Amino acid sequence: MRNFFFILTKEFRSYFNSPIAFVTITIFSVLTGYYFYNIFAGFGTLSFQAQTYPMIASRYGALNVTEFVIRPFIGTISMVMLIMLPMLTMRSFSEEKKSGTIELLLTYPVRDGEVVLGKFAGCMVIFCTMLMISFPCVLLIEYFGEPEWGVIITGYLGLLLMGSAFISLGVFMSSLSENQIVAAVLTFACLLIFSLVNYSVGFVGESMAKVLEYLSFNYHMRNFVKGVIDTSDIIYYLLFTVFFLFSSMRSLESKRWRA
Amino acid sequence: MIEVQNLTKTYGGARGIDDISFNVEKGEIIGFLGPNGAGKTTTMRILTCFMPATSGSASIAGFDVFEDSLNVRKRLGYLPETVPLYTDMQVPVYLRYVAGLKGIPWRQINSRVGEVMEKVGLTHMAHKFIAELSKGYRQRVGLAQALINDPQVLVLDEPTVGLDPKQIIEIRSLIKGLQEERTIILSSHILPEVSMVCQRVIIIDEGRIKAMDTPENLMAQIHSTCRVRTRISGPKDSVLEGLRAIDGITKADSVDNTSNSTNGFDVEFIDGFDGSHLIARLAAEKRWDLHELTLAKMSLEDIFIKIVTDEQVKAEDGK
Ligand SMILES: Nc1ncnc2c1ncn2[C@@H]1O[C@H](COP(=O)(O)OP(=O)(O)OP(=O)(O)O)[C@@H](O)[C@H]1O
Ligand SMILES: [Mg+2]
Repeated sequence: MRNFFFILTKEFRSYFNSPIAFVTITIFSVLTGYYFYNIFAGFGTLSFQAQTYPMIASRYGALNVTEFVIRPFIGTISMVMLIMLPMLTMRSFSEEKKSGTIELLLTYPVRDGEVVLGKFAGCMVIFCTMLMISFPCVLLIEYFGEPEWGVIITGYLGLLLMGSAFISLGVFMSSLSENQIVAAVLTFACLLIFSLVNYSVGFVGESMAKVLEYLSFNYHMRNFVKGVIDTSDIIYYLLFTVFFLFSSMRSLESKRWRA
Repeated sequence: MIEVQNLTKTYGGARGIDDISFNVEKGEIIGFLGPNGAGKTTTMRILTCFMPATSGSASIAGFDVFEDSLNVRKRLGYLPETVPLYTDMQVPVYLRYVAGLKGIPWRQINSRVGEVMEKVGLTHMAHKFIAELSKGYRQRVGLAQALINDPQVLVLDEPTVGLDPKQIIEIRSLIKGLQEERTIILSSHILPEVSMVCQRVIIIDEGRIKAMDTPENLMAQIHSTCRVRTRISGPKDSVLEGLRAIDGITKADSVDNTSNSTNGFDVEFIDGFDGSHLIARLAAEKRWDLHELTLAKMSLEDIFIKIVTDEQVKAEDGK
């Protein structure tokens, strides 16, 4: 526990000592802010038109902010995460391998699990900062309309779980290669596959379709953005996270296995 | 304290080290000597649990480096060859981090970092980032992180490489000062260093131990060949001829002498024979002026080269 704490603070410090934290957090906020503006402004226009032409209103049914702003916004955040989180995780082990500092780290009396958890938690802290910065957008909706807070809370919970899955995968990829670019590309590719795997549901058999659906990131977000917490979704993200954290630990350990 | 038995490491078929065995007693400083690629770093990495051996075993303070690595690592201070440090941290911040990982109790961390920085002479660099330090000071930070938990066993891979002569002397005396209670393994190419600091020298080459003894014994072992440096003013070729004609001289070479009209020569005698007087006699007979006649002690360098090349010659003869 103690070692975990030391590694976490060190990770946190190096993210902020380098431009990485600053750049990723800024870009994340700019992108999410920009999309939020578009979504929100679009919704404004739509409501305005609906007032003038009841026809439009009847086509969409009741216009509410939860349906038209919160849900797309949360979807957008998860897309931006897909791009930004690999940039955050790619350095975690690759940099240490490249610069050789891993040689000292692994000869300290620290368990591999503590190292992996420390690195993971370091990224999680940055990621939570990102999420928190996107939160004022939601408050803005509260100011102008009446969003369903249940959906907002479950949506953010879903994002948090999804982010931890992304980060654990990224940390694992980083433990495989000493090249940060390779780690980032591998992470990005895997995340894309896991996100889009449900696209092929239509072409495969029924049982296969179930499996593919279950594997998909997006499929498990679907309940969260409806305001529903399903334990099977939570278990999916947690299992995903634990699996890749465990694999990272194994990947570190494998250095010590006899050839 | 350190026991190494039949340690072998191959890198995907390529040789790293080959069947190395040695013991180090508590409180001993031993030096690892060998040319590039000899296997010094490989041995040290196995001892520090960074890398497993392909076969053989090693233990430190009774704990096996493979089976019980956490216990070994608790008792260890390691300075890797490349001195890998987190360059984006300030010196004390980095040392506090290492102290934490090495299990120093919370309350003692600050005082411990202060002590160690004082010991390696880093106190006036406290506000600097490691990236801003010169090579020598990085080396000191590396040493500081190795020492921070007051380890029983210190493994230092080429600790004085890249330092200026003044710093080398400082670091050497620092290492000697560390010795009480501690077991130290250091590797080096700089041979006088090893003879100054270490009680025992292990010479390795091509992954094998070639010799293992105290520096004095190694010297004595080779010293049976006597070597003389002489300066004689006389025609170079005839002096050489005259020297080579002397009974008991195995080798005579002229050395370039930039300073003056005299010519310098290196002369070696057959084992166990000192024939300096024969050279003096020759000069007197030929009426050449004898300017210098010194017994050149074989340095550890020569021993080292001799041991390494002798082995090569033998190997080639065998083929
Ligand atoms: N990671 C590696 N992969 C493959 N071969 C390696 C690796 N590390 C070392 N070797 C090989 O093992 C042998 C011993 O290398 P080692 O680094 O132990 O030498 P050394 O004695 O430390 O040399 P130096 O004085 O140059 O530091 C060399 O032939 C080297 O090529
Ligand atoms: Mg080396």
